[in-house]
Amino acid sequence: MPIGTHGDGTAAARDDRAAAGLRAENWGWRHAGRSSWALRGLDLVIEPGERVLLLGASGAGKSTLMHAFAGVLGGADEGEEEGELLVAGRRPEETRGRVGLVLQDPDSQIVLARVGDDVAFGCENLGVPRDEIWPRVGEALAEVGLDLALDRPTSALSGGQKQRVALAGVIAMRPDVVLLDEPTANLDPAGVVEVRDAVAGVVRASNATFVVIEHRVDVWIDVVDRVIVLEPGGGVLADGDPATVLRERGAELAAGGVWVPGADPLGGRPARGQTVSERAGTHLLLLEAAALAVERVPGTVVADDIDVGIRAGAATAVTGPNGAGKSTLALTLAGLIPRAGGTLMATPELSGAESAGGAPTRPRLLRLGTRRHDVTPGADPARWASRALLTRIGTVFQDPEHQFVSGTVRGELEVSLKALRLAPEEIAARVAEVSGRLRLEQLLDANPYTLSGGEKRRLSVASALVARPRILVLDEPTFGQDSRTWAELVRLLGEQLDRGTAVVAVTHDRAFIEALAGQVLEVGAP
Amino acid sequence: MSILTPVRGTARIYTVNPVAKLAAALLLSGFLIVTIDWVSAAVALVLESLLFAKAGLDGRAFFRRTAAIWIAAPLAGLTTLLYGVQDGRTYLELWLIHISDGSIVLAIATVLRILAIGLPAVVLFATIDPTDLADGLAQVWHLPSRFVLGALAGLRLISLFLDDWRQLELARRARGLGDTGRVRRFAGQAFALLVLSLRRGSKLATAMEARGFGGSTPRTWARESVFGSREWLLVAIGASIGAVSLGASIATGAVRFVVG
Repeated sequence: MPIGTHGDGTAAARDDRAAAGLRAENWGWRHAGRSSWALRGLDLVIEPGERVLLLGASGAGKSTLMHAFAGVLGGADEGEEEGELLVAGRRPEETRGRVGLVLQDPDSQIVLARVGDDVAFGCENLGVPRDEIWPRVGEALAEVGLDLALDRPTSALSGGQKQRVALAGVIAMRPDVVLLDEPTANLDPAGVVEVRDAVAGVVRASNATFVVIEHRVDVWIDVVDRVIVLEPGGGVLADGDPATVLRERGAELAAGGVWVPGADPLGGRPARGQTVSERAGTHLLLLEAAALAVERVPGTVVADDIDVGIRAGAATAVTGPNGAGKSTLALTLAGLIPRAGGTLMATPELSGAESAGGAPTRPRLLRLGTRRHDVTPGADPARWASRALLTRIGTVFQDPEHQFVSGTVRGELEVSLKALRLAPEEIAARVAEVSGRLRLEQLLDANPYTLSGGEKRRLSVASALVARPRILVLDEPTFGQDSRTWAELVRLLGEQLDRGTAVVAVTHDRAFIEALAGQVLEVGAP
Repeated sequence: MSILTPVRGTARIYTVNPVAKLAAALLLSGFLIVTIDWVSAAVALVLESLLFAKAGLDGRAFFRRTAAIWIAAPLAGLTTLLYGVQDGRTYLELWLIHISDGSIVLAIATVLRILAIGLPAVVLFATIDPTDLADGLAQVWHLPSRFVLGALAGLRLISLFLDDWRQLELARRARGLGDTGRVRRFAGQAFALLVLSLRRGSKLATAMEARGFGGSTPRTWARESVFGSREWLLVAIGASIGAVSLGASIATGAVRFVVG
């Protein structure tokens, strides 16, 4: 396959790429089946070539606006539109291909199996002649800083690389406008920097108009020259150069969930109420791993030689590079997958078994279709019944959608309580308590899938906490969260720790570790 | 490991257009399904086995890929042997079971035929890269690009669904739902996967649309799908093996047409 050259022809081709302006005039959109408008009465002008950071609280309609400008919001059956939206003076549907859009989820943006083919996909759709496509592909990959073989399988890429491939696919189309909808929300800190640098490089080399949505101002502040803050419901709350907007509106933005540089989401208060000496007595050992080896696929050990003790009232942060087996370790500690080697022992304090250390209780009956799990929990959490896990070890998955099992938020919170066969009054009381604490009481009848990212995260934590487990295991709980949800989460976990719950969190988040973690377990360190 | 992981190899067969492989396999089996005698199947199998060495698979890969056929063929043969048409001398009779001259001949013919049709098909398909196949279907056979590329992109999601399924299973255990009967759990999990897959599918559709897919501009193809002399040669080989086999069985009078 031919590889693009980056000679002088490139710059010449670049010059006839004109930036386009974006304009919204009293624009509004209501999704089909919703009673309230996602956005309404929006007036906004973005001049050709501007680099804009678009901020706004969760649910302010930022994504809707981006999809609309990209012409992918759908027709009348998808929702109701009012007012006018223009790209370079024309309706967005007529300018498809001139507006490039990069979305949040890396997995849903890669279309084809090989890197080169995926980058070429947009050009093909625009009818670019074949001999022009491959130079563009090579050039776009170089621009986002990816030095990959064109036939490299896209399935083998990291999240950050996938996002850069998606960006290259957009750049190769030579768009007049590039829109980025939370491009780093699903990435670890290294991936965030990787994608930001790629975007910064592209912005420097191009004169296209750029708009990015993101909670993290510090990541993008040096790349953009204008900040627009949307008001929930439609208006513009603030608009101007980044320094001025942050100076004048910083506190307001921080309160609304934007990560404003220098602002402490916790407001200077410690996440935990108790001091170290007050907690001293609560450090009972609950779970102990010695020379533990973990595997996801039987026979493929991803991490081994792990020694760790999980103690009541103490937080353990599991860190390490991508692919080091952190999530697998978390799932193993949580009793969800069997260990590959070494020992993992629940103490009698956790299992509640009277004779610990003895032979594990064998399953007493073997019914067809029933898993062979111990009825009385022994020392190995992987052999516990699913119901026995609930009050002992709760798990919050990285993707909240994986753990939704019910059609309503209320149902989601009741599931484990019903499995525990609690009395209806007790169930109602616990649901009321946890939904109040996590600001979910207004959403009890909503479908979990329709919630915002922050709401989904709160629900996934609430549905584990409602069963009152002694240990709470969380996988990247703060990925992509706005500062308000972040602070709520940290305070909530701090309270749980004060009550004597043990917390194990797979995380890359420095601030999270500093606020909570008593011990840091590094997996896969060289 | 993804279902779409590019298929690579150094043998020449890897670079032959997948559409030609598809055509060759179809033509060959077209000749072999009109008759059910043992002569045509045996001739085809002999001719094919001369070519398996060129198929781009080493011995181990060959038997691993074709394992299902090696298991299925004798089983089908055994069934035919026990329950096949009664003809000539009967050797064993037990309730519904009759082993006779007729069922023995038919059993042998069945085993040979399954091998003669199945082996080349699997071997040819083993070296097909799905992306190249999509290119061929759209450019050589001119199937609608929306359909072909939609299917190709959807195929990529299958490996994501496998990961989703594993996560859903663990999540159900974590949420206290892992103790119920297997059937109920499976049904609930399948529904959850359906919801997830619809969401993934619609996100992918949006991403494709955002890159100009489905627009009114005629699409170009970054990879040219060539159908040249090598492709015609492969098609001709497939057709001639079929024709020679059928000819041999007609010439020896062994032919037994399925219809008529």
